[in-house]
Amino acid sequence: MAAPAMSRQELLLPVKPAFIVLTLIAALLANLLPWSGGMLWLAPDFVALIVLYWCIHEPRKIGFLAAWALGLLMDVANGSLFGQHALAYSILAYAGIVLHRRVQRFSMAPQVLHVIPLLLLTDLVVLLVRALAGADFPGYAYFLGSIIGAALWPALSYLLKLPQRPRPDPDRV
Amino acid sequence: MEHTPPPLFRTGPTPLARLMIFSMLSVVLLIADARFNYLTVLRQVTAVVVYPLQRLVAAPAAMGKRISEFFVSHGALRRDNQVLIEKNLELAQAAQQAQALQKENAHLRGLLEARTRISAPSKIAEILYAARDPFSRKVMIDQGSQHGIEPGQPVGDHIGIIGQITRVYPWLSEVTLITDKGHLVPVLNLRTGLRAVLAGTGDDGLLELRFIPLSADFQTGDQLVTSGIDGIYPPGLPVAEVTNVERNTAYLFANIACKPLASVNAHSQVLVLGPLPPISERPQDAPAAAQKKRKKS
Repeated sequence: MAAPAMSRQELLLPVKPAFIVLTLIAALLANLLPWSGGMLWLAPDFVALIVLYWCIHEPRKIGFLAAWALGLLMDVANGSLFGQHALAYSILAYAGIVLHRRVQRFSMAPQVLHVIPLLLLTDLVVLLVRALAGADFPGYAYFLGSIIGAALWPALSYLLKLPQRPRPDPDRV
Repeated sequence: MEHTPPPLFRTGPTPLARLMIFSMLSVVLLIADARFNYLTVLRQVTAVVVYPLQRLVAAPAAMGKRISEFFVSHGALRRDNQVLIEKNLELAQAAQQAQALQKENAHLRGLLEARTRISAPSKIAEILYAARDPFSRKVMIDQGSQHGIEPGQPVGDHIGIIGQITRVYPWLSEVTLITDKGHLVPVLNLRTGLRAVLAGTGDDGLLELRFIPLSADFQTGDQLVTSGIDGIYPPGLPVAEVTNVERNTAYLFANIACKPLASVNAHSQVLVLGPLPPISERPQDAPAAAQKKRKKS
């Protein structure tokens, strides 16, 4: 018998690479939405979330190159320092790939507990880079986006697993 | 004989090695960007890739706004119309006075042989989105180098200055707001004529005057306008209002807090003012010039 914290392993179809690309583009679009005011603080970094998801679930299909390139795109869209998100996403991808066997074994709640520190680490890398470049600490609200992003993790896992669920076979009873 | 692993086990470099490679690349980019500003071209190219995505995402919001604009009530339109008519009358009167004043001013300036102020052409632009960067105060507008925008142009609204263009992409440009930490505006106190430098704090709605001696005459409620000595902002545009003056003799300088007059965060439409004519080069110091001449001869 598996321990209660362990997840029931599902049998899923292999992921189509096109689906991964599609979700990454969707995440990029979500990040580019014209957020404003308070929402700017609350909005999670969708790209980080999706990159982490695929690094944990399909570490052989997505890798550092995708994470790094997406980071560069984010940097240009934000007008921030060139390479800060690229660095942060590379480290996130590394953490995801190294921890993927461990995180996959857990059920949803412990998975979220794994995701929170990883997203905070991403924030911390960006914070460190900006601090070195001479910026002030923007306040603790800066980390709110990551907490909210981690809270979205269960819904995200459910949605991203949907296309891989095998169709019920009509010939079987 | 060479032993290569079968394709199933061929995974390339280890994750740690890859992390090192990509981190190094990022750090190189960071240094090149932050220290040397080498990456303008790369930034432009990437911006062109991102641009269609940005427009695509902004489209539903823009459409929603247009639809809601279409369904304005009759009452609201009439009220607006009434207000506009009254305002128009007021402004017409002011304009007539201004005309007279302008003529008089031109005459006086002619007498003083002063350079007339150049009213540069301005452009209306729309704010697309605020940059997702909690460390800076920047917005993106929908006019770029294709529309003739250049870095350094001041941006304002109907009340006053909100910032200046810092980066230009083909179809959009980045405006650094006056509240950005590290953004400075040379200003003039309207009441006393004292010059000062107004700095952003990175906090919305808070600006501070730097290096003002304790004895300087600044009061709560003083209006600050651009002084125009930087060659970027045209002189005489309203910028901020002094909200709090704190004089502590323990420090060398007074602590003066101001709040921006133009609503830096609220507008969707802004005015990009035309670039000012470049300031003439600073004349070289006499000894340096003499040395050069000596070298040449």
